[in-house]
Amino acid sequence: MTGQLTEPAPTTTDPRGRRVPRLVVGGRDVTMAAAFITLIAVLVLVAALTADTFLTPTNLTNLLKQMVTTGLLSFGMLVVILTGGIDLSVGSIVAFSGIVTAGLVSGLPIPVAMAVGVVSGIGFGLVNGALIARFELAPFVVTLAALTTIRGLAFVYSEVPIAPEDPGFFTLGSATLGPVPVSTLIMLAVFLVGGVFLTRTPPGRSIVAIGGNAETVRLAGINVRRHVVLAYTISGACAGLAGVVLASRVGIAQPSVGVAFELDAIAACVIGGASLAGGRGSVRATFGGVLVLVLINNLLNLYGVQSFWQQVLKGLIIIAVILVQRTNRVRS
Amino acid sequence: MTLELRGVRKDYGGVEVLHGVDLVGRPGEVLAVVGANGAGKSTLIKILSGAQSMSAGEMRIDGEAAEFRSPHDAHARGIRTVYQELSIVPGLSVTENLLMGNFPKRRGLIDWAAAHARARELLESIGFGAIDPRTLAGRLSVARQQMVEIAKALVSEPRVLVLDEPSAVLAGSDLESLFALVRRLRERGVLVIYVSHRLAEVMELATSIVVVKDGRVIATTEPARTSESELIGLMAGRRLEQIYPDRRAEPGEVRLSVHGLTRRGEFEDVSFALRAGEIVGLFGLVGSGRSELARCVFGAEPATSGQVKVAGGDVRFRAPSDAIAAGLALVTEDRKRTGLVGGMSVLDNIGLTTMYGMRRGPLIDAARRRERVGEMIDRLSIQPAHCASMRVVNLSGGNQQKAVLAKWLLAEPRVLILDEPTRGVDMSTRIAIYRMIDDLARDGLAVLLISSDLTEVLGATDRILVMNQGRVTGELRSDRTTEDEILAHAIGQAA
Repeated sequence: MTGQLTEPAPTTTDPRGRRVPRLVVGGRDVTMAAAFITLIAVLVLVAALTADTFLTPTNLTNLLKQMVTTGLLSFGMLVVILTGGIDLSVGSIVAFSGIVTAGLVSGLPIPVAMAVGVVSGIGFGLVNGALIARFELAPFVVTLAALTTIRGLAFVYSEVPIAPEDPGFFTLGSATLGPVPVSTLIMLAVFLVGGVFLTRTPPGRSIVAIGGNAETVRLAGINVRRHVVLAYTISGACAGLAGVVLASRVGIAQPSVGVAFELDAIAACVIGGASLAGGRGSVRATFGGVLVLVLINNLLNLYGVQSFWQQVLKGLIIIAVILVQRTNRVRS
Repeated sequence: MTLELRGVRKDYGGVEVLHGVDLVGRPGEVLAVVGANGAGKSTLIKILSGAQSMSAGEMRIDGEAAEFRSPHDAHARGIRTVYQELSIVPGLSVTENLLMGNFPKRRGLIDWAAAHARARELLESIGFGAIDPRTLAGRLSVARQQMVEIAKALVSEPRVLVLDEPSAVLAGSDLESLFALVRRLRERGVLVIYVSHRLAEVMELATSIVVVKDGRVIATTEPARTSESELIGLMAGRRLEQIYPDRRAEPGEVRLSVHGLTRRGEFEDVSFALRAGEIVGLFGLVGSGRSELARCVFGAEPATSGQVKVAGGDVRFRAPSDAIAAGLALVTEDRKRTGLVGGMSVLDNIGLTTMYGMRRGPLIDAARRRERVGEMIDRLSIQPAHCASMRVVNLSGGNQQKAVLAKWLLAEPRVLILDEPTRGVDMSTRIAIYRMIDDLARDGLAVLLISSDLTEVLGATDRILVMNQGRVTGELRSDRTTEDEILAHAIGQAA
């Protein structure tokens, strides 16, 4: 035979030893990316065909605004998960930063009040990270304690919701640039900068490497503790920002807001293929995870599905997605 | 039990790694399988153990066709495999590890006295009576853990025992116990399949030797009809005149000196100096404190007392980063746990030590990094040549080791500490590593080569420090000493 006419289709072996076909474009394995895009496209298509309100400008703008909170929290969560940790405190930080900002608006210029909200998130993240890195405490336990402590602090600050009257307070959450909400652009910017941070800067690569093998990283002369603190600080900052944006969008800050937000953030990372053991996860796929979650929520809302059933369905969908991923994972 | 493989092929995603292997093992034989890394030994073991299925070919047990779909099937047919990687549970006692799920019971509850007695009996029957069954497995030395691992495989009295590099972490009397055990199993009619890089022990133990190269069996022979050098030649596919380069060192100024360094419970009052252009061996049996010493000198663990001096000045390394800044590099003994980040690319791994120094603004200077890493891949001939974006775990063992070396050489150290750099590495990679160490020393590096391989420590160094129970008990010139003399110091019986 002079030339090979057929190339064997690229395959990998799944954990049970079965062949799984791969989609390879330009030498890169894009199977999961293709699966994601298909899933999102199907969700959008189903939504557009079955719910006539889906494609209305109001709903689409809503959708873009709704994804901001989950998006910001998910990026911060991804950074922490990459180190092999977890941050359960982000939902409480959302409530705290929101209520503090709303409370300060009457006395301080709005940008300053908002900055304080974000800085409070940074502060909480710093404390989480310091406890975890310095005293080698389990991230789950430290951030669980932080979850209840910070929630308590939010109620201590104000037991009742605070609704600032200054219309300037609503700008951040409601302004649009053309058809796109400014808050959505901010979130996209976080994902873009975050993607560059994790793939192309020394601290970003160190964070990924620490989740893979912290001792190797330490022996390579990199300060592991400092990078772990950085990861939790980033997560805290994202949560602080999310709290400010959410309060501004809704127009009212409640100390009870954000319960279980951390679970959606974790879900988005996991749907995006991040490993809770650390060292594996991608910014792009996490963004895909956010899209999937938000689309599902929106769709179920449009159908008027009762919220309890929404929770059930969301849980089942998460299981389905990670099962697909497991079948797709290359055995090394 | 007679085990037979015929025309066994295995491919991974279209790439064939075994091209029709034939193998016959009979009861009471010790069948040694030798070959370079990447020759296909690991795949062969995985097929025997049921961890992987073959793509073509057949397996026959006592003449009957057999097919393994999982390790469980292999166990059911009496085939047990002990891998290099330990699988014991460190938080459980030796007894629990051995009897796992098969405890003697009394009134429905576990009868612990009987369980420990049974574990003790089992350990004694295979000559490992030195291990106390009540100890937590994780408290044992790596060598003893390896022995528990072997004992665990023997609980079910297998008829075929596959040992993958069983001696890699053993030395001294532990090694003797292993050899005695293999001989005893042979007498009992067990077929032992023994995979090892250490040709000396293969020559001593095997009844037949199978040489694997590039996914094929290229020779089947017996110890009486071959020699170590012939085996090396077969494995590498060429004659190798000399394993160790000729050393004629002209040591320069002192690069690193250690004075009375002590870390309580690990080593005491250790002093030595390393000069530019010199390769110093550090020999000691498992548990002698050599790796702990290296980690402490490198700043990975704090010292209780003593000093480390670099180029004359006093230094205190509070973290490895301080040691690296002073020109030190440490290639650790366990590349999986402390040398590599398995999930990351070869590029990320080799670039790890130099990442912060190779910046353009806040970003890593990707072009420069790619170029420097590429040079290292070339220089150490890491295979495959275009591996930069591959995940490092997908390299073969020898090439992973080269990647760890590359990571440290990129940092341009002046003092290189190598802890067991050739453990689990095939002969041709070994030779490449010895050549490289020699070249580095000629360029003026000071090298400390920690090893538990007597031949290596004798052949590849200029001077040898011997450790026993945390103390340096001897300092010998490599060209004027013998293996016996080194060993005598290592077990504290030097005249």
